[in-house]
Amino acid sequence: MPVSKEVLDEIALSQAEYELIVQRLGREPNEVELGMFGALWSEHCGYKHTKALLKLLPSRGKAVVVKPGEENAGVVDIGDGLVAVMKIESHNHPSAIEPYQGAATGVGGIVRDIFTMGARPIALLNSLRFGPLEEARNRYLFNGVVAGIAGYGNCLGIADVGGEVFFAPCYTANPLVNALCLGIAERQKLVMAKAKGEGNLLMLVGADTGRDGLHGASGLASRTFEAESGLRAAVQVGNPFLEKLLIEACLELAEADGVVGMQDLGAAGLTSACIESAARGGGGVEIDVLKVPRREQGMTAYEVMLSESQERMLVIVKPRYKDKVKELFDRWKLDSTIIGQVTGDGIARIKEGEKVMAQVPVSLLVSAPVYRRRVSKPVWLRKLQHLDIATIPDLTPESCGAILLRLLSSPNIASKEWVYRQYDHQVGNNTVVLPGSDAAVLRIPSTRKGIALTTDGNGRYCYLNPYLGAAMAVAEAARNIVCTGARPLAITDCLNLGNPEKDDIYYQIKECIRGLSRACRSLGIPVISGNVSLYNETKGEAVYPTPVVGMVGLMKDVNRHCTISFKDDGDMVFLLGGGNGDGLGGSEYLEVVHGMIAGDLYLDLDLEKRVQRCCLEAISAGVIKSAHDCSEGGLMVAIAESCLAGKRGFISDDWQVAGRLDATLFGELPSRIIVSVAPVLAQMLIAMAVKRRLPVVKLGVVGGERLTVKGLIDLPIKEAEDAWRGGLGKRM
Amino acid sequence: MNFGIVVFPGTWSDRDCYYALKEVLGQEADYIWHKGTDLSGYDCVILPGGFSYGDYLRAGAIARFSPVMEAVADFAREGKFVIGICNGFQILCEAGLLPGALLCNNHLQYRCQWLNLRVENNSLPFTQLCRQGQVLKIPISHYEGNYYADEATLKELEIGNRVVFRYCTETGEIAEIANPNGSLHNIAGIVNKEGNILGMMPHPERACEAVLGSRDGNLIWESLIDSFRQ
Repeated sequence: MPVSKEVLDEIALSQAEYELIVQRLGREPNEVELGMFGALWSEHCGYKHTKALLKLLPSRGKAVVVKPGEENAGVVDIGDGLVAVMKIESHNHPSAIEPYQGAATGVGGIVRDIFTMGARPIALLNSLRFGPLEEARNRYLFNGVVAGIAGYGNCLGIADVGGEVFFAPCYTANPLVNALCLGIAERQKLVMAKAKGEGNLLMLVGADTGRDGLHGASGLASRTFEAESGLRAAVQVGNPFLEKLLIEACLELAEADGVVGMQDLGAAGLTSACIESAARGGGGVEIDVLKVPRREQGMTAYEVMLSESQERMLVIVKPRYKDKVKELFDRWKLDSTIIGQVTGDGIARIKEGEKVMAQVPVSLLVSAPVYRRRVSKPVWLRKLQHLDIATIPDLTPESCGAILLRLLSSPNIASKEWVYRQYDHQVGNNTVVLPGSDAAVLRIPSTRKGIALTTDGNGRYCYLNPYLGAAMAVAEAARNIVCTGARPLAITDCLNLGNPEKDDIYYQIKECIRGLSRACRSLGIPVISGNVSLYNETKGEAVYPTPVVGMVGLMKDVNRHCTISFKDDGDMVFLLGGGNGDGLGGSEYLEVVHGMIAGDLYLDLDLEKRVQRCCLEAISAGVIKSAHDCSEGGLMVAIAESCLAGKRGFISDDWQVAGRLDATLFGELPSRIIVSVAPVLAQMLIAMAVKRRLPVVKLGVVGGERLTVKGLIDLPIKEAEDAWRGGLGKRM
Repeated sequence: MNFGIVVFPGTWSDRDCYYALKEVLGQEADYIWHKGTDLSGYDCVILPGGFSYGDYLRAGAIARFSPVMEAVADFAREGKFVIGICNGFQILCEAGLLPGALLCNNHLQYRCQWLNLRVENNSLPFTQLCRQGQVLKIPISHYEGNYYADEATLKELEIGNRVVFRYCTETGEIAEIANPNGSLHNIAGIVNKEGNILGMMPHPERACEAVLGSRDGNLIWESLIDSFRQ
């Protein structure tokens, strides 16, 4: 059977890959087999272009229980016999086509990855990127995505505690929608997604199978797309109520006997669920597609195997427990059907009644080719990184206040309350620090401990320097965690980039992963799970390389957590840390005020480590009252945010500004934390910093109702608050 | 005191209510599956928040037909206490146990935030430990919390002193700016004529510990426990 280019295009396989399949299989694959190869060898499932690079990421650690790629999500030990189960995933292309359902099913998918392992999901975060809100379509996408996340997540009763939103023109046609979920389980009760034990039964649970989402993995997620309206059928439709029933039923099942494994159906539907769990179990599977309950008539074996209908689970059950398991699902009004069994021959055999429709070794299906190339730094990047700051006029003292207000109302910096007030961030009675801080803090149920959660990643930084930009995402995430008083524990990462077949993009992918790896090793934080989303391009234009770092941290006593808000008048405000350079490269200031996206980055990981250790020590010793990471918008924005969170003013009389005003006030040098301290403890803080050879500078004092830097800025807090609070909402 | 917490398919505040009552306040508490009809042994039945039946069709419209709801009506007729929180309030209105309806928020967005409630009637078993006019900090989380009733019903509620909580500012002012959803008369919670069925949109079970932001929700449970004791 010679295969046409159209057929291969539809499943996103190349001619060379097709020939490799023929060679390995020893024959031409039939239609169903080819469809299965297409799905499993897609970039989305097979990680063809990133597998070799992802090995660079450190995944070892004392607390690591499950590493990347081993299971549906990563697992890390949090003591008391408990584990945290965590993963982040993208749903970019579906959300670009149909924002509400695309985002909603993104939440549904990541939540299934967590409870599949027997963990109760307790927190969601979302990392979002859109084009500028001046364009009506971007507002439509933003509105739809937020409503979709709210509509699905709120119905499940999982607190949505944080995330980020960032706007830049490159995301206009290709927004990024990444969802992170964290769950808690007893370590002994973790359920793995292994189809093992010859004769054990494959039970399909939940929704009927329809034609929705065909080619989601291969078509939507693994190539660039142009004609969007025609692709709507490739976006699934979510039913959060059904998912909620699945959560409760599966968690009940995880406590019961007779379950060998659980695996959710996500990208590439039954194909990936059955084949991947068989691969983990080391055996084979046999399925009869006629047994799969359908919501549409006349579906072919091909369609049944590749449908991405939502809210479905595969449960591997010991035969003698099958009635008990079915009873449990019946009680939750969930359909459950035996569709096949585990075999011992290592073959994936798909039947339609008696007729064999596909018969392929599992090992072939899960060994997609691995690509790696030598690429060099693009010339355009060298030019972009070169920024002669002397050509940009510095601010005048009179203009500093107005610039601060402009930055505070910039959508990238302004309050994200418009977003998170649409999410239930409290359900579960665990949320201690609400969204809008450096990191969310949750209590670990039935313990005194707490976890801190954040997502970070600045695409503009990574565009200018993919290596340092990615490293800075790790550094900033860890700094955010540390500012709450928690110790960074583990990372889940989502890499959002363009078409890897292009050299420049491959260079970005490689550099981003190298940068992540370097920072993770340096700060000692393992990566436990992740996701790669490539082909984020439209009409040949890629999004900024956007690695998103999701991080969890652990604190011993949640009652001793720290927040960003200034607490008491008279407290002294210090800047802890700092480094070389002006921090203007890639800054929000440079883009908003000068319309420039240029310059290079700076990061000293050794300094970063010392700053974070010092901050943690100062929090646990009870020396400081607030800690706030200095990031987008620089020092003045960070100070203003601490003022607004604490409903207090700030006065600086003796702050000696050396060098350029814009760099000092709005430069975005990393490794800096704004802390406040009672005057009697100031010397202790200074001693702690000096011990670690850290710069520590007194900036001013908390108090009054104005934000004042003598000779430069003098604003009523109310004015700063209006700019910051209204920045996003007024554009919608 | 023995609390029964009803669980419909899609309910999610059940666990939070259980936590607040059992772990924080040390009361007896049990879950009641929505098919249960035996409520004997309970002193108070709670219809918690969530999305019963996915809130498909209309919030609470399907749940009111669950077998447990007939038992809840009988339970209330005996003068025992019933509290509907959020989705539970919606179900009580759908079931006709409380007057009025909860429409979509007037801004057509879901809203989750901390709010201030003014205690309008402290002579009820649910509020007797509060001061009249006391401001409670308790959060909301809903899409359909916009209380509506016709003129006559509203008048009846006001004259009968049956509005228990109103959305207010930090200082206790009943103002438009403090109204998160468009509710008429800033109504956040009401009782039936007999004063033993309370429906409220805010979530007192979430305001149960200082570390979570407020303990004000406990005043409602403690009022009830105290009046039960007497």
